[in-house]
Amino acid sequence: MGRFHRHDDGTVHDHDHDHDHDHEHDDPEHERAEATGEHGDHSAYRTGPERVEVLERIFDENDKAAAQNRSQLDAASVVGVNLMSSPGAGKTTLLQRTLGHLEGHTRVGVVEGDIETSIDADRLSGYGAQIALLNTGDGFGGECHLDAPMVAKAMQDLDLAALDLMLVENVGNLVCPAEFDVGAHHSVMVFAITEGEEKPLKYPVMFRSVEVVLVNKMDLLPHLDFDLQLFTDNLARINPKATVIHLSARTGEGMAEWFEWLEARSA
Amino acid sequence: MHELSLCNSIASIVDRAAAGRPIATVHLELGRFRQVVPDTLTYCWELVTATTALAGSRLSVHPVAITLGCATCDATTSPDAELVLLCGSCGSGDVSMLTGEEFMITSLDLKES
Repeated sequence: MGRFHRHDDGTVHDHDHDHDHDHEHDDPEHERAEATGEHGDHSAYRTGPERVEVLERIFDENDKAAAQNRSQLDAASVVGVNLMSSPGAGKTTLLQRTLGHLEGHTRVGVVEGDIETSIDADRLSGYGAQIALLNTGDGFGGECHLDAPMVAKAMQDLDLAALDLMLVENVGNLVCPAEFDVGAHHSVMVFAITEGEEKPLKYPVMFRSVEVVLVNKMDLLPHLDFDLQLFTDNLARINPKATVIHLSARTGEGMAEWFEWLEARSA
Repeated sequence: MHELSLCNSIASIVDRAAAGRPIATVHLELGRFRQVVPDTLTYCWELVTATTALAGSRLSVHPVAITLGCATCDATTSPDAELVLLCGSCGSGDVSMLTGEEFMITSLDLKES
């Protein structure tokens, strides 16, 4: 790296770097350190009498667990979809309708992330899907998101061999879930038009992290001041490649397009 | 919001890399596109390390700006203060984020003995 400097007075800073560099996620030095075992000695990377180079990404542990989840799904030919949204955007209603539609021809497992209750999991029973409930308040410190090790634990409760599709209903939150790869193949978010047009600009990491934005509660459009064009423009400034589907999980309007997207990937 | 659990991850990496040596400062690179608040991270670090061998050590957060590489015109640009993730030169949305997503422990300063 060579960007950090120590001066005689003991201050340390880094220089802005204006050169291009590949944002390569595989760090060969780290891989080598891993290969020496879990107590890998990093002292070989010492650059001075009192500085130890580490160069370890903080999400490494999660990303490794996510990769394992994905290979487990791949081995069982199961497609994983991570469904995210703010609280109240309609994820559970959308899931209910989705399970109802898929019942009988696509075998679905649901990982249901909820901080304290089984209310959502209860709403999803009765559609023939396997449900694994993850109360993140139960032993995980009341997390605001699901991470890969939690999903790995929930996957133990699913019979993957008997599934085509695994839907992960993440914790309702537009910030944290976007940061954690849970090991799904696709990321989808539900956005309700009651949330306001500016949300893509306020939560760019979430809106940038997904392949599909399901614009829900479209049946309410005549009753709101929501400016659909402004929302569409804002989203395009953050994630112009996202597939956008307008729908109402309540009335069923537009749901066929979502089912088509999902079935094209889980068939 | 997730800074507490991130601090736990940081502590476990630092513990392993320190291999028993006392640590004064942990240096992190933090991309501006990460939703991690440096002040919250620093505060959570105190909580997480309070009763461990890392008590009293300091997190030093080095921010990394967002740069975008454009697949259409090849330009490398940085978005303005108002975040728009389009090429600053030709306006194309076909950009990849070159920097801004870093979240890495770069080095540790050992405590003077």
